[in-house]
Amino acid sequence: MTYSQPETNAATVARDPEAIIIAKGVHKRYDNDFHVLKGISLTVNKGEVVVLMGPSGSGKSTLIRTFNGLEPYQEGKIEIDGTEISHNQKGIELIRREVGMVFQQFNLFPHLTILKNVTLGPIHLKGLSQDDAEAQAMELLERVGIAPQANKYPGQLSGGQQQRVAIARALAMEPKVMLFDEPTSALDPEMVREVLDVMRKLAQSGMTMVCVTHEVGFAREVADRIIFLAEGELVTDTTPDKFFNNPEEERIKQFLSQILH
Amino acid sequence: MEYSFDFSVIADNFGLLLSGAWLTLKMSLLAIAFGLIIGVIGSLFRTSGNPLLNGIALAYVEVIRNTPYLIQLFFIFFGLPSLGLTLSAEQAAILSLAINFGAYSTEIVRAGVESISKGQIEAGLAIGFKKLAVFRHIVIPPALANVYPALIGQVILAVLFTSVVSQIAAEDLTYAGNYLNSRTFRSFEIYFTIALMYLAIVWIVKALAYLIELRFFEFAKYRK
Ligand SMILES: Nc1ncnc2c1ncn2[C@@H]1O[C@H](COP(=O)(O)OP(=O)(O)OP(=O)(O)O)[C@@H](O)[C@H]1O
Ligand SMILES: [Mg+2]
Repeated sequence: MTYSQPETNAATVARDPEAIIIAKGVHKRYDNDFHVLKGISLTVNKGEVVVLMGPSGSGKSTLIRTFNGLEPYQEGKIEIDGTEISHNQKGIELIRREVGMVFQQFNLFPHLTILKNVTLGPIHLKGLSQDDAEAQAMELLERVGIAPQANKYPGQLSGGQQQRVAIARALAMEPKVMLFDEPTSALDPEMVREVLDVMRKLAQSGMTMVCVTHEVGFAREVADRIIFLAEGELVTDTTPDKFFNNPEEERIKQFLSQILH
Repeated sequence: MEYSFDFSVIADNFGLLLSGAWLTLKMSLLAIAFGLIIGVIGSLFRTSGNPLLNGIALAYVEVIRNTPYLIQLFFIFFGLPSLGLTLSAEQAAILSLAINFGAYSTEIVRAGVESISKGQIEAGLAIGFKKLAVFRHIVIPPALANVYPALIGQVILAVLFTSVVSQIAAEDLTYAGNYLNSRTFRSFEIYFTIALMYLAIVWIVKALAYLIELRFFEFAKYRK
């Protein structure tokens, strides 16, 4: 168990040298005053795969998006590899380079070829030469099985292929942690597997991953921990075995009965 | 009605007409290039979410789109010297055309920028680009592609607008025509030819636009 309880005094928290994401008492309200995150605390350690589950509207996307500053938060503290994401988001770009993100809708850049989608960040943000960036990109595209499509445009690829490119694009920045927000929810069933296979390989390679997904097979097999959110609160943080086979909370049982068939 | 057509006036003065046409084409291309830069910056201001920048761009667009171009031209050529800024007729023509085209293109490009999904922008931010770099690398190229037909329509109007600059004696195609007409009174032959030459210039501009589309917007074919 690496989940740490909410602290009243953040300054006294001993830092786990292996921790990559530390969230402490994170509160977020939307502009309309909707209280979406109600004091979330959790730690993700190097090499861990954490799966976030919870009913629709429970705040999973919001939470995962606070980890790279796409959602600002008002109270509490989030640290990525020892660097705090300040509430005013100063210097957030540097943190984002360390945190890869994969979206439900892929969000590839339609005007760039697959290859250029992957090299854009490394060329402009890491100062790689075009040749080096392309060599690295081709290696990544090879890994996700899209190398033959390198010179096509996103619009020419299937959803599953696009999502694998999106993973390669994020990996090209050599992030310390990868965030996935329902990466297979927008895919036709026959394409879900090819994306999950890539994610599984990525997990085996030791990448730290936080995934919002309702893919039970993936979660059982790959996740080190399952975190369950409901109504903006962290309900449980446990092993897949315990979560799926021995859930204690009524809310989890109810949720599982919904997603398991 | 007895009028014997005599196109020899055209043949004899074709060099003059050609140099006028060349200036028209040159002014058009320069004004469109500068105007497009203004339009891109204007659209950035308009969509920045910053009330001051938005206000500046909006005021610019309102003033230019709701006043006659001829007055804008006169203001720049005859008015600005009072502030110590004296421009040649050609410079004043290009500047005023660019400012005019910039206002129209600001609104066209803004529509393109607003057509880009939030997801694209977030993907750029998530990689670690700053907002301005996201605008430059991720938003503007597909935004321009999305509004390209509207933009080309405005470009053609800008080319046709250039005929007004003969009013400040910039020696464009219309000026050359007026000059020949006042000397030869061959109005039919002259303005018929001038019209054809404008048509040719517009076709040249359209051909260039098409080449640009092929070169930069190839991807647009594949969008769903
Ligand atoms: N910009 C916003 N303004 C106001 N409320 C919002 C905004 N974005 C999300 N919400 C609300 O916040 C709550 C949590 O949203 P979030 O997208 O994080 O949920 P989720 O757990 O990811 O749900 P899903 O499984 O449907 O993706 C929802 O009730 C949603 O309506
Ligand atoms: Mg969600």
